[in-house]
Amino acid sequence: MSKDDQDNRHCEGYTRRGFIQFIGVGAGVVGASLISQPFNGPVLANEDDQVLPAASMVKVRLKINGNRYEVLAEPRWSLLYVLREIIGQTGTKLGCDRGECGACTVLIDDLPRYACLTLAVEVENREITTVEGLMNGEELGPVQTAFAENDAFQCGYCTPGQVMAVEGLLRKVESPSADEIRSGCSGNLCRCGAYQNIFAAADQAARLKKS
Amino acid sequence: MLPKFSYVRPDKLAQAVKHLETDKAVIHAGGTDLLGCLRERIMDGDLLVSLGGLKGLAGIKETADGGLSIGALTTITEVSENRLVRDKYPGLAQGAAEVASPQLRNQGTLGGNLCQKPRCWYFRGEFHCLRKGGGLCFAIKGENQFHAIFGHDKICAITHPSDTAPVLVALNASVDVVGPAVNRSIAVEDLHVPPAEDVRAETVLKRGEIITRITIPAPAPNLYSSYRKIRARRSWDFALAGAALAFAMDGDRVSRANVVLSGAAPVPWRSTAMEEVLSGSTLTAETIFRAARAAVAEARPLAGNQYKVEMFRGMLEEELRKVGKGGEV
Ligand SMILES: Cc1cc2nc3c(=O)[nH]c(=O)nc-3n(C[C@H](O)[C@H](O)[C@H](O)COP(=O)(O)OP(=O)(O)OC[C@H]3O[C@@H](n4cnc5c(N)ncnc54)[C@H](O)[C@@H]3O)c2cc1C
Ligand code: SF4
Ligand code: FES
Ligand code: FES
Repeated sequence: MSKDDQDNRHCEGYTRRGFIQFIGVGAGVVGASLISQPFNGPVLANEDDQVLPAASMVKVRLKINGNRYEVLAEPRWSLLYVLREIIGQTGTKLGCDRGECGACTVLIDDLPRYACLTLAVEVENREITTVEGLMNGEELGPVQTAFAENDAFQCGYCTPGQVMAVEGLLRKVESPSADEIRSGCSGNLCRCGAYQNIFAAADQAARLKKS
Repeated sequence: MLPKFSYVRPDKLAQAVKHLETDKAVIHAGGTDLLGCLRERIMDGDLLVSLGGLKGLAGIKETADGGLSIGALTTITEVSENRLVRDKYPGLAQGAAEVASPQLRNQGTLGGNLCQKPRCWYFRGEFHCLRKGGGLCFAIKGENQFHAIFGHDKICAITHPSDTAPVLVALNASVDVVGPAVNRSIAVEDLHVPPAEDVRAETVLKRGEIITRITIPAPAPNLYSSYRKIRARRSWDFALAGAALAFAMDGDRVSRANVVLSGAAPVPWRSTAMEEVLSGSTLTAETIFRAARAAVAEARPLAGNQYKVEMFRGMLEEELRKVGKGGEV
C-alpha cells in the first residue's frame, strides 16, 4: 500500500465518523456525518505558509459564541456553509451568497461581516458571534427582544442578519442617532419592507442594553 | 459553492510573492470582490494567496514629511474612521465611508479596493465581452445607462468602481509595490489602465506584484478635500456620478485644484479642463459655472446615459459652492 493510500484511508475513517471536536463549555457533541460527500484527499492543519491543496480537508479551529470547534473544511468553504451545513447552526441565513443582502451577517471580533464572503480558513481563532450567541440562556437578548416587541419583521428571513447588524452597531455606538441606525442597517435588505420597525427596534434595543 | 482552489497564507512577503508566481495564483485580501469573481467564473484562481498573515501590511502611520502611509490590508472602515485620515484628508474618510455596506467596509481593504474588477453587468454576467477576451463590447450599443461618459473611446465603457481611488488620485497618493523583479512605487493616477491601452487589464500590476502600502504626501497648505457620490439608493450602490476635490487654498483663492471623477470613466477620471479653470481663481458664481461646464464639455455619452452629463454638471456646481463654507451649501 502506498503512502498516499494509507493517508486516504486514515482520512476516510475520520470523515465517515464525522470529525468534530467540541471543546467548549457543555458536553453536547454535534453528531452524525459532518461531510456529506465521500472524501479521499489529505487532512491538513492550516499553518502559515503551508499550501492546502484544493482537494484537501483542513482542520479549522473556530470560536463561535464562546465555544471552540474544530471542523474539517475545504479551503473554498465559506464560514456560512460551515456554520449551517457542518456545525448545524442554522440561525445565520443564506440569501444571495454574494455579499448583497445581509441575511448571513455575523460578528467577527465584534464587527458585522457577511459570512457568505468569508472563507472559514480566514477566521480561525477569531471571535465569531451568531444570532444563537445573543440569547440570555433561554431568554431573548435585548436586540432580539426589541425586534419582537416592535414587530420588526414579516416573513422573518432577513431578521437574524438585521439583529446581528444592530448588535454590531450597538457594540460600537451606545446611543446611535437615527442616521447612524439607518447607516448601520444599510447592508441588510428586507424584502418585506419592515424597515421602519427595524429602525424602531434598533432604537429600543439601545435603551434596553443600557438598562 | 465556489470552484475548488488551493489556499496558502504566508507570513513573509517574499513567500507571498513566490507563491504568486504559480500559474493562476490570485491575491486574497478581504475577499469581498475576489470571491464574487471566482464564484461567477469571471476570474480563474487555482491558488489563493491570502495576505492575512502579513503583519507589515496593516496600520496607518504618519510619514516623516507629515503625510500618511496606509497599509494595504487596512480595512475601509479603519480608513473612514481613523483620526489622522479625518484630520488630514477628510475627502478620503468620506470616500471610504461611501464604499459598499458596513459589513463590506469591515472586511474589504484599501489595497483590494484599488484593484477590484469592474461592475459592468455584461462583464459580471455570462457575456464573453471584449474585457473577458471576446470580440465585442456589448455595452457600447446595448444597455449602457450606468456606463462611462468619458474615456471609453468606444472600446469598453466600464466605470471604475472604486470610491477611494478618485480621492487618492486627487491627493497625489502612490502605492508601494513589491514584486518578483523590482520593488517600485506607482502613482495611483498611473495604476489603472484605459481601454485604449489594454482592454483586458484593470491595473498595471504584473504577475506576482503586491501593493504593500498606500502613501499620501503631506496635505497642501490649507488643503480642502471632499468626496461626493450620487447613487440610486442609500444601501450599497456604485456611483452614478461622483467627484473628489483636493484644493490648495490661499484665502478664498484656489491656488491648485485637483478634480477626479467617479462613475465617469473606465479609470478614475481626472478633469484637467476643470482644474485649469479653477487653479488660480476665486470661486465666484461665474467661475463655478464655467468650471462645471468645462468638466462636461469633453463628455461622450452613450445612447442610454446622456442624463449623466447634466448630473455631473449640477453636482460639480454644488460641490464647488461648498468649498470654503465648511462643507455646507
Ligand atoms: C455588494 C458589493 C458592493 C460594493 N460596493 C462598492 C462601492 O460602493 N464602492 C467601492 O469602492 N467598492 C465596492 N465594492 C467592491 C469591493 O469589494 C470593496 O470595495 C473592497 O474594498 C475590496 O477589497 P478586498 O480586500 O475585499 O479585496 P479582494 O476581494 O481581496 O481583492 C480584490 C482584487 O484586488 C486584488 N488585490 C487585493 N489586495 C491586493 C494587494 N494588496 N495588491 C495587489 N492586488 C490586490 C485581488 O487579487 C483581487 O483581484 C462592493 C462589493 C460588493 C460585493
Ligand atoms: S463595457 Fe467593457 S466590460 Fe462591459 S461589455 Fe463592454 S467590454 Fe465588457
Ligand atoms: S447571503 Fe451573504 S450577503 Fe446575502
Ligand atoms: S421580514 Fe421578510 S425579508 Fe425582512
